Amino acid sequence: MQSSTPGSSPDIRVLVVIPAYCEERNIGSVVRSIRNLFHHDILVVNDGSTDNTGEAARKAGAITLDLPCNLGIGGAVQTAYMYAIAHGYDAIVRLDADGQHEPADIERLLEPLRDGTADAVIGSRFLGEATYRASFFRMTGIRFFRVLVNLFTGCKFTDPTSGFFAINRHLMQFYSAQYPSDYPEVDSYILMHRLKIRAVEVPVRMYEREKGKSSITPIRAIYYMVKVTLSFLINRIGRIE
Amino acid sequence: MNRLAILSVVTSTLFLLGILELVRRRRLREEYSILWLFGSVIILVLSVKQSWLNWISTLVGISYPPSFLFLVGMFFIFMILIHFSIVISKLMRMNKRLIQEIALLKSSLPPEEPPQNRKEQ
Repeated sequence: MQSSTPGSSPDIRVLVVIPAYCEERNIGSVVRSIRNLFHHDILVVNDGSTDNTGEAARKAGAITLDLPCNLGIGGAVQTAYMYAIAHGYDAIVRLDADGQHEPADIERLLEPLRDGTADAVIGSRFLGEATYRASFFRMTGIRFFRVLVNLFTGCKFTDPTSGFFAINRHLMQFYSAQYPSDYPEVDSYILMHRLKIRAVEVPVRMYEREKGKSSITPIRAIYYMVKVTLSFLINRIGRIE
Repeated sequence: MNRLAILSVVTSTLFLLGILELVRRRRLREEYSILWLFGSVIILVLSVKQSWLNWISTLVGISYPPSFLFLVGMFFIFMILIHFSIVISKLMRMNKRLIQEIALLKSSLPPEEPPQNRKEQ
């Protein structure tokens, strides 16, 4: 299960998507480490960075979309869905620009999509060997969203805030019209549930970020909890376009 | 007419004329003037026709009739603020689409001139 070499079971066109905001120090090595393992096209969505993220991504060999203003993670990833649909990709794998997602696990995410057994595959840091260690506060947040998501979907997801996932074209088409703008991960579970999307989790490895600061501060963490819970509940009853 | 009523008539008339002037000069779009116009007309009418104000205040159980004018004013301010929130949300949605489309369009254009050309000039 190394790469998408011609001949491997049903060949699909895969786009690896990395949303990036001010990650000029990490983005190059992340792009290169993916290119060393796979032949998939890599798309970096430069979300209005004030540093040279776009240039660094291009140098490392990624296709780069430069958003003229900062849209937030959801708007940036949605642009990638629009790009993938316009250019005929069958699947998208999304991972973070800070190197916390293990690129070698991309193929694990794609397997269920190739088999056609799932429409969305979410990488969980808590399945399998589970080497990931989180702080108490982060763990509390994750547990809270786990309960919320599992309560409303009736499924057993272990890692509802995971930003390491793969989706097929069917779901991309929906998401390119409607996708939460700020913190899309938790919200997307309720959308998938309502769209009757077949979602599965597979074990992946996640690490602490390599360089630079995480965007999480206590105030933002509280805002995140409130905002995500609210929009999750609104998406439960809201209109789907 | 008591002093309060005169004050109320004068202010709501000036306000109404001000809004109309803004619309006439195209500084304010008609659709955004509707709520302002409605609100000031109602306050103006109730200030002129005090018997109506007294009647309606008794009807809803307000013992001091002019406070009904505040109620009307508050109601329209709330409506206008909600209207603004809706408009801002719509603008944000449109703005997001534009930013995305610009990024997609730029990526389909040929790359910019390499920096070496600038040295030759």
